[in-house]
Amino acid sequence: MFAEAIEAIITEQCPPATVRAIESGASAQPLAAAFLDAGFHELLVPEAQGGGGASWREFFDVVALCGAHAVPLPIAQTFAARAFVRDSRTLPAGLITLAPSLRGEAEGPLEASHVPFARVSSHVLATRGDALLLLAVADAHQTPSGIHGSLAASLRWEAGAGQEVPGSVTGDRFHALAALLHAGLLAGAMKRAFDLTMAYANERSQFGRTIGKFQAIQHQLAVMAEQVAVGRMAAQAAFAVDQGLPGTAACAVAKARTSEAAQGVASIAHAVHGAIGITEEYDLQLSTRRLHEWRLAHGSEAYWHRRVGQMFIDSDAALAADFGRSIFQT
Amino acid sequence: MADLLDHLRLAALPPEAEAFRTEVKDFLAREMPPAGADIRARSWLAFDGEFSRKLGARGWVGVTLPKRYGGAELDAYRRFVLMEELLAVGAPVGAHWIADRQSGPLILKFGSERQKEKYLGGICRGEIFFGIGMSEPNSGSDLASVGTRAVRTDQGWRLTGRKIWTTNGHKCNYVIALVRTSGSAADRHAGLSQFIVDLNLPGVTVRPIVDMTGDAHFSEMFFDDVELDDDALIGNEGDGWKQVNAELAFERSGPERIYSSIVLLDAWLNWLRRTGRAQQHVEALGRFATHLATLRQLSIAVTAKLAAGESPVVEAALVKDIGTEFEQATPAFIEAAAGADPSAPPDDELLRTLAYVSHMAPTFSLRGGTREILRGMIARGLGLR
Repeated sequence: MFAEAIEAIITEQCPPATVRAIESGASAQPLAAAFLDAGFHELLVPEAQGGGGASWREFFDVVALCGAHAVPLPIAQTFAARAFVRDSRTLPAGLITLAPSLRGEAEGPLEASHVPFARVSSHVLATRGDALLLLAVADAHQTPSGIHGSLAASLRWEAGAGQEVPGSVTGDRFHALAALLHAGLLAGAMKRAFDLTMAYANERSQFGRTIGKFQAIQHQLAVMAEQVAVGRMAAQAAFAVDQGLPGTAACAVAKARTSEAAQGVASIAHAVHGAIGITEEYDLQLSTRRLHEWRLAHGSEAYWHRRVGQMFIDSDAALAADFGRSIFQT
Repeated sequence: MADLLDHLRLAALPPEAEAFRTEVKDFLAREMPPAGADIRARSWLAFDGEFSRKLGARGWVGVTLPKRYGGAELDAYRRFVLMEELLAVGAPVGAHWIADRQSGPLILKFGSERQKEKYLGGICRGEIFFGIGMSEPNSGSDLASVGTRAVRTDQGWRLTGRKIWTTNGHKCNYVIALVRTSGSAADRHAGLSQFIVDLNLPGVTVRPIVDMTGDAHFSEMFFDDVELDDDALIGNEGDGWKQVNAELAFERSGPERIYSSIVLLDAWLNWLRRTGRAQQHVEALGRFATHLATLRQLSIAVTAKLAAGESPVVEAALVKDIGTEFEQATPAFIEAAAGADPSAPPDDELLRTLAYVSHMAPTFSLRGGTREILRGMIARGLGLR
């Protein structure tokens, strides 16, 4: 239900031209307003507290849509932030992104490196210890990475910046759920890359036939389909909670599996497209640049495999199959 | 176009299926024959008639078959749970595996009432065992090119030809053979039929084929003018291709496409724990668990389609292809890890388990349809062919 409404906003207001414009520095305000004015902020807040009462199971489709359309705003993060704080009224109205890390001594400057969507956000929500800190982007010194088209930036605040916000999702839980959002974005972006690649294989002709008729291409597309399917399944299974929030193990597996799959999907997408695929003008790059960036955001599979591995080692499950089964609640 | 991906929907095992799991675990704790990991790694190739009979007595062979034929009439979800638990410990289910997975369901779907009465009860009791009569020396991936022929006689049919790669054929009572009953190989899918062949009949010779692990689970069969009753034909003459594809859908849809290396994984982890090495491999262990958990969800998605009465041919092919990749990656990785410290190699049982799985791993993506065939099927499912 929410997904359809959000999809309508996205298809109307966020075509590839808008994504490009915002990446090139055009104002994100009109697009932000389209989402925020629609009043979806409280999507994940329970109905009893005046929110939309959506479950995380339903939220998956919204996140995947944002990923598929390369929405250049932290929409998923802005909605999720309201589920992380005790009272959503403590959050400001604009776009909020989530910090993968926060460094700094008490009373000293604070640094959040490579914050996704920092350049188009008004605030950053970070976790420190078992608390949440809300920081204004306008108060920070921004250092973009210099990666072409990236909306991420490293942010540095002077001592005393930000305010603590009472949170119910802090520390490790915050990081796991932030990673899960990116798993959902990856799932959507992988599907988009796959759809573009299928369309290209069915249109592009060489040697008197469409390239999708060649066995070598067919097999690559089959493998790509497998990676898209398994990535989507991992993310969707992790989101599939009807009450409360996804568990950390599920978030870890989702981010690991989508991150690992993203590499293969991007690789095959470009292999099938040939040179046109790496041009700025063609839309594939909007998705594949994100596959690479989002693989890294909030921990790649290298990080989350270690987390899952530690749970596996520490588990008292008698069998690998028993441990594997314990991950998703679905 | 990309409908295929939409068909693999997230699904969950219903609560009854989970409750059933405890019963299965309890049964295995009592009845599972003790065996080292190297033996249990044989998994569903290991033939143990005694174990199959015990499982049958418990009502757990042919679980989806109707009660009136001796089955437990359970749904596909409960079958999934049962299979998972048996495979997870490497139970020796080989004797009844084929009959349970595909031969019984095929007879139920296409057989006459007489055939159902004759075979299904014995299958469910874990007393009669079936093999797959598809491949021939000259017909593997190109299954429609089978040359074994059956010609009509006054009493029924006369069968001449050969089959090969029949798992445990030399220990089975019957095979369901795909044969040509009219036309020629040039007719491709037309003119094929399936027969239930009693392997005790005169003219049938079955020989085990020794494999590189020292086992002889494969077999070859020779049919020299074997006289079959009318009754041996299953389904309609000429419907063989349609039927064999339904049989292959049964063959490809189960959870054994992700668990073939699980006994090795557990054996390796147990060794790591015993020798204090687990922490060194925390990332690899996490990767295995990540892949396993996710593949299982895909397998459950296929099971949901079976439970809904569908025939998820392409979806099963997709899950089998990515599942067997994981099954093969497991010994590939563990083999490297096992040689990480030449001064402290793993114990012999683990090495035997590893060797067995490494040697047999190529068959994971050959049996039930080679990787290349499955990828072609997926491509067709995507609308590319």
